[in-house]
Amino acid sequence: MKENHASRIRGLLRIALGQAFLKLDPRKLIHNPVMFTVEIGTAIMAVVTWLAGTRPGLSQGTVAYNAAITIVLFITVLFANFAEAFAEARGKAQADSLRKSRQDTPAKKIFPVGEMYVNEVRVVRSSELVKGDLFLCEANDIIPMDGEIVEGMASIDESAITGESAPVIRESGGDRSGVTGGTRVLSDRITVQVTANPGETFLDQMIALVEGASRRKTPNEIALTILLAGFTIMFLIVCVTLEPFGEFAHTSITIASFISLFVCLIPTTIGGLLSAIGIAGMNRALEANVITKSGRAVETAGDVDVLLLDKTGTITIGNRKATGLWPAEGVDPGEFAAYCALASKADETPEGKSVLELSTAALNGHPVPGEVSQWIPFSAETRSSGVNLKDGRKIRKGSSDVIRSAVVRAGQEFSSATGERVNQIAAGGGTPLVVSVDQKVYGVIELQDVIKPGIQDRFDRLRKMGVRTVMVTGDNALTARYIAGVAGVDDFIAEAKPVDKMDFIRKQQQMGRLVAMMGDGTNDAPALAQADIGVAMNSGTQAAKEAGNMVDLDNDPTKLIEIVEIGKQLLMTRGSLTTFSIANDVAKYFAIVPALFITSIPALQALNIMHLESPASAILSAIIFNAIIIPLLIPLALRGVAYKPIGASALLRRNLVLYGIGGIIVPFIGIKAIDLLVGFFFMAHH
Amino acid sequence: MNTEMIGIMVIVGLTFAMALPLGKYIAKVYLGQPTFLDFLSPIENCFYKICGIHPNREMDWKSQLRAFLGLNLIWFLLGMGVLMLQGSLFLNPDHNPSMSPDLAFNTAVSFISNTNLQHYSGESGASYLSQLVLVFFQFVSAACGIAACVLVFQAMTTRVAGKLGNFYRYFMLTITRILLPLSIVLALILSFRGVPMTFRGKQTLITLQGDTTRVSRGPAAAMIAIQQLGTNGGGFYGANAAHPLENPDYLTNALECISILLIPVALIFALGFFPDAKGLSRMIFFVMLAGFLILAVPAIYFELHGNPALTHSGISPGQGNMEGKEVRFGAGASALWGVMTTVTSNGSVNSMHDSFMPLSGMTEMMGMMVNCFFGGVGVGFLNFYIYMIIAVFISGLMVGRTPELVGKKIEAREMKIASIIALLHPFLILCAAALAVHADLSRHITGWLTNPGYHGFSEMLYEYSSASANNGSEFGGINANTPFWNISDGMVMIFSRYLPIIGPVAIAGLLAGKKRVPESAGTLRTDSGTFGLMVLAVIVIIAALSFFPALSLGPVAEHFTLYR
Repeated sequence: MKENHASRIRGLLRIALGQAFLKLDPRKLIHNPVMFTVEIGTAIMAVVTWLAGTRPGLSQGTVAYNAAITIVLFITVLFANFAEAFAEARGKAQADSLRKSRQDTPAKKIFPVGEMYVNEVRVVRSSELVKGDLFLCEANDIIPMDGEIVEGMASIDESAITGESAPVIRESGGDRSGVTGGTRVLSDRITVQVTANPGETFLDQMIALVEGASRRKTPNEIALTILLAGFTIMFLIVCVTLEPFGEFAHTSITIASFISLFVCLIPTTIGGLLSAIGIAGMNRALEANVITKSGRAVETAGDVDVLLLDKTGTITIGNRKATGLWPAEGVDPGEFAAYCALASKADETPEGKSVLELSTAALNGHPVPGEVSQWIPFSAETRSSGVNLKDGRKIRKGSSDVIRSAVVRAGQEFSSATGERVNQIAAGGGTPLVVSVDQKVYGVIELQDVIKPGIQDRFDRLRKMGVRTVMVTGDNALTARYIAGVAGVDDFIAEAKPVDKMDFIRKQQQMGRLVAMMGDGTNDAPALAQADIGVAMNSGTQAAKEAGNMVDLDNDPTKLIEIVEIGKQLLMTRGSLTTFSIANDVAKYFAIVPALFITSIPALQALNIMHLESPASAILSAIIFNAIIIPLLIPLALRGVAYKPIGASALLRRNLVLYGIGGIIVPFIGIKAIDLLVGFFFMAHH
Repeated sequence: MNTEMIGIMVIVGLTFAMALPLGKYIAKVYLGQPTFLDFLSPIENCFYKICGIHPNREMDWKSQLRAFLGLNLIWFLLGMGVLMLQGSLFLNPDHNPSMSPDLAFNTAVSFISNTNLQHYSGESGASYLSQLVLVFFQFVSAACGIAACVLVFQAMTTRVAGKLGNFYRYFMLTITRILLPLSIVLALILSFRGVPMTFRGKQTLITLQGDTTRVSRGPAAAMIAIQQLGTNGGGFYGANAAHPLENPDYLTNALECISILLIPVALIFALGFFPDAKGLSRMIFFVMLAGFLILAVPAIYFELHGNPALTHSGISPGQGNMEGKEVRFGAGASALWGVMTTVTSNGSVNSMHDSFMPLSGMTEMMGMMVNCFFGGVGVGFLNFYIYMIIAVFISGLMVGRTPELVGKKIEAREMKIASIIALLHPFLILCAAALAVHADLSRHITGWLTNPGYHGFSEMLYEYSSASANNGSEFGGINANTPFWNISDGMVMIFSRYLPIIGPVAIAGLLAGKKRVPESAGTLRTDSGTFGLMVLAVIVIIAALSFFPALSLGPVAEHFTLYR
């Protein structure tokens, strides 16, 4: 495994090195103003070196010295290109390995009008499928393309994509109708419609983004580039005006010295690493199994103020479970359990199953009181379900107010004890279901949510980042408040309809907040589009995936937290390396300025606080340091600066100390060390 | 502790003690709260009516700037006219001649831009009419800077998006409620201490030795008051505040010194009385104070310790470096004045900066190169605002959030403006100095430098730092009344005055129109000590990186040569 890893890295290095040379093309490099000026400097130095070699009278220093400067400058550009190329190659490799799983697999395409029948199924290659085609998948088939189930239901092994071995259920019609190419059908049979042409899937879009073809600078990156260009121009002025100033002090400065000073001062470190940092942000998202549709989305994620989370699946594990049976006064517990079991016998929902399980265990030998003649499924209108028995009795279970009004309408009593029980359960975070038989209350079933372990810590972390969490649930306010309290979310929306989410997002945005949400269903699509960060689950409908700006391959609702951290890391890495780059200039000044003037103004020896060997070695050391700091920082640029949720001021303090003060000290040590080495070789040479 | 140090501390202490209540009063004036000068409003309304101004009409940032630039253009033309014709106009008892076009250009620009670089001597170069027009410019240029600054205060603190107020109203209130009352008080005290205030011509005296001499006088007290309070610096006499009739004794010296810093400090305090800006105001004050001390302490130290070359030759350094200084002020108070007048864009001098020790001279240049450690009235804060935008941007990134200042996101457009403005100052100073050095080297125009070598270079660097900082003080040693210096200085002053006002107002206007992001735990607080340090670091690093090579060829080289 380790060896495999090493050879993979070697492969990436080889690709990146090749790309680094290709990126020397000035037409490409001009998008990076800082490095572009270095390239121009290199070209000028090449000419100067040639002139120094051919015209002996030229007082521009020795050929060897000029050549050394030229080579170091060239390497500086190369290192910067390499950083970008390496980040690109790594992103591509990651995306490729994801894509590999979905390469040419046989697909059972359905031809609406076949050669022999209507809807004939023929095996074709997956690459021949286009958007809109239908294909069939049966047990043990690999799903050839991303698509949406139009018919059927199947259990699917998605471990190839998500790494999660437990099979998942996908079915047509609902919100879990999306299937991913490369996953395997374990049972049953589904008909799938292809949702994207080959080369246009989300993964393909992301690869294009990483490769640079369709990569555009994000707004923040543009603003930073402007600032860096400002610094570059400032140092250009500093260097150009130094020529007459030096002449006034009877000091002639060689072209090599000017260009070295200029290249050392302009922020080459951040300039060289800027695009690598951006690509690495998308790569980290991909590592977390999130496909981003733009670099901007990752960046925006760092700014999110409000996180909208569905209760089910995010804060609580899956569905509610029946945890208690509370018979009404005068009702035998066994009898009540029997009615409960009967009412839920045909109920296929997980809740219904858990009621059946609990009540069967509580039967206590009580006989089943009748036979089912008709199953009444749950509907949003009646907000209750139940069965009609062959003897005409009607068993209903439903929310307390629905049953209460039915009971009262029938002239029966809804006892205060039952009402109290209902409130008690709700206040404890449970959901009460009242069971009636022929409009007479028999008791209350308690359903409880199971809150995910460790979720409180994650919300706490978010709070420290400054992100407010809001839980969205269909539960009533009482239940919602209890769960919100236990889970530690900041706010909740109870009895939420899909349109409520949308309204909430709009309201928050009007207040200037950025909202992130995760969704899967078609009715989530408008809210996903409205949210600043909309993460669609890969299992969700195509509409949801189109509407969002990220797709989570793991279908893990807590992923939003990671995405926010990745966004923050991206910005922090940019800021910290900018600070580091600018802070480096202090030491470089103390290396180069005395070196420029020491021969004509010996008093300035006092500024040579590093006691560098000679003017030539001081300048050479400074530009060598300037060049090698770029590859040394590539790992940091790719990994990102560590994010710690300790509050903004503490974080600023920490990063200022690390990258600001560190940025002042490190080059002093580095330049001195290189000067010693340069001096050593120089001495050895003579 | 010696008396010189006590004097310095009293002056600095009194400045801050007086600035706090003044700041509170200033905030009340602009926020429309009642003050004891409200009886003036009929007069103000009268002016509004004559000029057809609706003082409560909202203006967007573009029309605010149009108003500001339009007024300045009219004043420029007025100034050019009066200065070029003063010889044949009234109020000219001493029969001073008219100015040449290039000198008039330099002088007019210099006064409307609040710089007050003077390439003429008041006694012989300006009529009383011209002096009065220049006093008028001293009021209005200061008021323009303050009005622009209040615009930005308003934009930063307003809860209503885009509400900036009315430039004319700010301008009028600045003159009637702040500058005029303070100037009247100061001018009265000065005239009691012996500063002339008359329209009569030169007075003929017989000295103790029996010689006959003629002493220049005129409406000096009025000019000196606003010259100090409005960070103008242009004196009535050529020798400025070193002249005994401009600054007769230690008391006037202390008062004039306090007046230099009073309004720039009070404006920062005033920001603290705008809604929700207390913390921000405190942060800005302490950053500016730190910057001021970083420059003032070494300057006072070097001046009090005298010149090592003289000490070496056996002269006692007890009095400090007294070359070019007035005995009635002493080395310490002169050094304090030197730093105060350069960190603010005042530029009045009570001693010859040319004779300061190399590093004290450098702290003065750095005060002008940074130009925002309190800075000129109003414009000091505007310069600081630009640095704050850059600091907010970098530190916002460092905490992982799109940078925001008081709830408004800083994006590419704001960064573009901030970068250009931050770049402008080094650009003007370095390029103009390079041009002058080049002209000197190529011997096209020679003979303006009285000192060779590093000191001569310092003189040129100082001249353009002063012009670009709208400071107006001179190192001296340069014969600057030549077409080359008049025109080049004039151009530098125009760019360095108007662009750094346009830029911040534009940014503030753009930001004011944006949605306000509510604060959260992830928001970087701009009123924290950490952020203050960040701003200070940004200022120091940008200034140091831009000017270190040039300074090392001037004062630094001179210092190490002298102290070797």
